[in-house]
Amino acid sequence: MELTTILFYLFSAVTLGAAAVMVFSRNIVHSAFALMFSLIGVAALYVLLHADFMAATQLLVYVGGILVLILFGVMLTNQGHNTGFRAGSVNLLPATLLSVTAAAVLIYAFVTADWAITDAEGLTETVHPLGMMLMGDYLLPFISAGVLLLIAIIGAILISTKLSDRSENSSEI
Amino acid sequence: MNLQILLSIAEPGLNHFLIVSALLFSLGVMAVLSKRNVIMVLMGVELILNSANINLIAFSRFTALSLEGQMMGLFVVILAAAEAAVALAIVLNIYNRFNTINLDKISTMKG
Repeated sequence: MELTTILFYLFSAVTLGAAAVMVFSRNIVHSAFALMFSLIGVAALYVLLHADFMAATQLLVYVGGILVLILFGVMLTNQGHNTGFRAGSVNLLPATLLSVTAAAVLIYAFVTADWAITDAEGLTETVHPLGMMLMGDYLLPFISAGVLLLIAIIGAILISTKLSDRSENSSEI
Repeated sequence: MNLQILLSIAEPGLNHFLIVSALLFSLGVMAVLSKRNVIMVLMGVELILNSANINLIAFSRFTALSLEGQMMGLFVVILAAAEAAVALAIVLNIYNRFNTINLDKISTMKG
């Protein structure tokens, strides 16, 4: 067995195991940390797919950004000492049925489909071509994404501070 | 036949990555459906987006999609970042207003 094969099974096990811990854990902080391991496993899978720039982006944006944001959300919306980060499950039976059905149908479709696989040897380097594409064919989506991120930042600040301002004003009146 | 493909410890091909992504998707759906904490639901959405991204990048590696798939994955990551920021702002606002983030108790607009 080759090293990449072993690494693939190792990292897919890490990804899926951490995702399962995230879903079935009762403590929401444990869930957030399990999500971190799952995201790191996904980044490793990207490396195995010869997508080095995507792997770096995954680490920077997801593990460095979104996960910290989620942990902030967990801490700021902490229900206090009485619940202690608990997050129970409801609707377990229908949820299990639906997700197992979804997985079965998807896997059946994926395995039986006749994909047009080309035996490409994988690009050795993706950063340079990706940059050329971003500045060429994908210039408009790239700039729109920048504008979207700006709008999202402003919107997030407005949404998360507006209420407290208004309540202060109304209490003064 | 299909079972053999599933069980064989073979070199990872397109199908292996697709199966991993399908399982990740089902776990995300499970989190979205069975949790009543808004932040858990958001984490489930992140899992679903990641599974979609694995698909895009696996196709960009193994088919003629080439780098276009990675480009789509890049934009998915950008949108996920924007979504997470706005969604958590909304969650904080909900927490200020209702003093809970349990989805079943936030039912003011329910008819």
